[in-house]
Amino acid sequence: MQELDTAGLGSIRVTRKNDHTVVIEKDLATEQMVLAMGPQHPSTHGVLKLECLTDGEVITQAEPFLGYLHRCFEKCCENVDYPAIVPYTDRLDYLAGMNSEFAYALTVEKLLDIEIPRRVEFIRVIVAELNRIASHLVAIGTYGIDLGAFTPFLFCFRDREIILGLLEWASGARMLYNYIWVGGLAYDVPSDFLKRVGEFVTYFRPKAVELCNLLTKNEIFVKRTMGIGIMPAEVAINYGWSGPMLRGSGVKWDLRRNDPYSVYPELDFNVPVPDGKLSVVGDCLSRHLVRAFEMEESLKIIEQCISKMPSAEGFNPRSAIPKRIRPKAGEVYGRAENPRGELGFYILSDGKSTKPLRCKARSSCFVNLSAMKDLSKGQLLPDLVAIIGSIDIVLGEVDR
Amino acid sequence: MEEGKVFSQSVEQSAAAYAIIHEKFGSAVSAFDANETMPFFEVLDVSLWRDIALFMRDHAKLRFNYMACMTGMDYQAEEKLGIVCNLESLSLFNHRLAVKVKCARDGGFIPSVACVWHTANWHEREAYDMFGMLFTGHPDFRRILCPDDWEGFPLRKDYKVQESYHGIKVPY
Repeated sequence: MQELDTAGLGSIRVTRKNDHTVVIEKDLATEQMVLAMGPQHPSTHGVLKLECLTDGEVITQAEPFLGYLHRCFEKCCENVDYPAIVPYTDRLDYLAGMNSEFAYALTVEKLLDIEIPRRVEFIRVIVAELNRIASHLVAIGTYGIDLGAFTPFLFCFRDREIILGLLEWASGARMLYNYIWVGGLAYDVPSDFLKRVGEFVTYFRPKAVELCNLLTKNEIFVKRTMGIGIMPAEVAINYGWSGPMLRGSGVKWDLRRNDPYSVYPELDFNVPVPDGKLSVVGDCLSRHLVRAFEMEESLKIIEQCISKMPSAEGFNPRSAIPKRIRPKAGEVYGRAENPRGELGFYILSDGKSTKPLRCKARSSCFVNLSAMKDLSKGQLLPDLVAIIGSIDIVLGEVDR
Repeated sequence: MEEGKVFSQSVEQSAAAYAIIHEKFGSAVSAFDANETMPFFEVLDVSLWRDIALFMRDHAKLRFNYMACMTGMDYQAEEKLGIVCNLESLSLFNHRLAVKVKCARDGGFIPSVACVWHTANWHEREAYDMFGMLFTGHPDFRRILCPDDWEGFPLRKDYKVQESYHGIKVPY
């Protein structure tokens, strides 16, 4: 039995029965309680604090408090050279370091007027898509844990480990790569790398379906997520949502398609959007399904990149990197599709210095999380965990 | 836009969108800066910024329904603070446009557009947190990343970090 106090209506008691019928009783006065969730709480995925005003088991207001992981990314950027910012971008979204580096490199290259070798572009796309799969595996696995399903987590981390192994082989680091540099790459990939990636794609394709079924065919999981935290498309756009969150609300918007960069226009892949058959469009389950289906699309992209990859003969991954990176005067807003949405960088250059005058990271999680207050209003307290999990926040990117 | 220069298609689309805004607001907006990397215009009459924002969102040929990014800025040479907003029309039109709004460095204020785009709510709180300009009419105006009792605004160019915070030495 849950109670809800909405302004103007007096107190309302909402009871949800097992067969999904909802009984609403009016004019029952209850006492509100403040419940602080976090900063140390397993289901907030890091150091996020939510101050919930609860009425019985119903949330009347959930206010997020952030900044516990603020590391002054933008201030640091103003004090180091352009290439030295790349390792900092890894630490924004530490589950998808390659994608963050990719977005940053693209932005600076817009101001530089240099031509990137085609092999570099393909390698970048391969590592970024591998990293996208790894990131979605964490998102799906931890979402299962949030809702009480432990097994998918172990399977997800088993397969993620293979990807991290591949990326470590290419870059030398497991998560904080410093691999995609402005104008090129740190190294070419090892000689057998593409063969191993191909083997991984073959291995992972059936596994992705299996993982997806473990959760989406799980009655408990579906009941906990279906119809919870529904976000209509217009509101989602107004809130600036992007990535799987926006697509979960039924908007077919993917920067790889709608604002294409690198070699994505040459590649054939779908943008999965929920059709309302498996889930209610815009709910937590839709967002989960978009991530699950996106892994398959990433595998398609990787396969095409391997077959289209120019040979390594006479290839120098650093050939296009300028000796001194000093972009022309001007400002640029560049962005890329991260696993969590649109990661953008705004850079202002004065044309003289080797350091940016201003470098702002537009973080996808930060913007997605800003809808938390509206999304959680009137929801049950246990459903709050389902909603946070479906936003898939990485606090490193929220707080920067 | 300068005559006789060839611009890419995206810049021309932005210029067409700007022309509609300029027609309505006239001298309240600056001339269009048609650069390739980020075409923008500046709002000269700050008090009209919310009207311009609403016009940009709701006009049938503009429909800037998506605010991609809002960046706080410190224009130290001009003695001004400001914001840069990257707007676009998501899945309706292809035009993109950046808008700059500037205010005085000390005690300057900018009308809040959180009622126009919900996403501006947190972006404006962040800009205030880092630069210290005030947003009038903001529904929930306080710091967001730094603690509420932090002194100074860290991203200002002349920022000096405080000596101690609750008895903890800050510069290390």
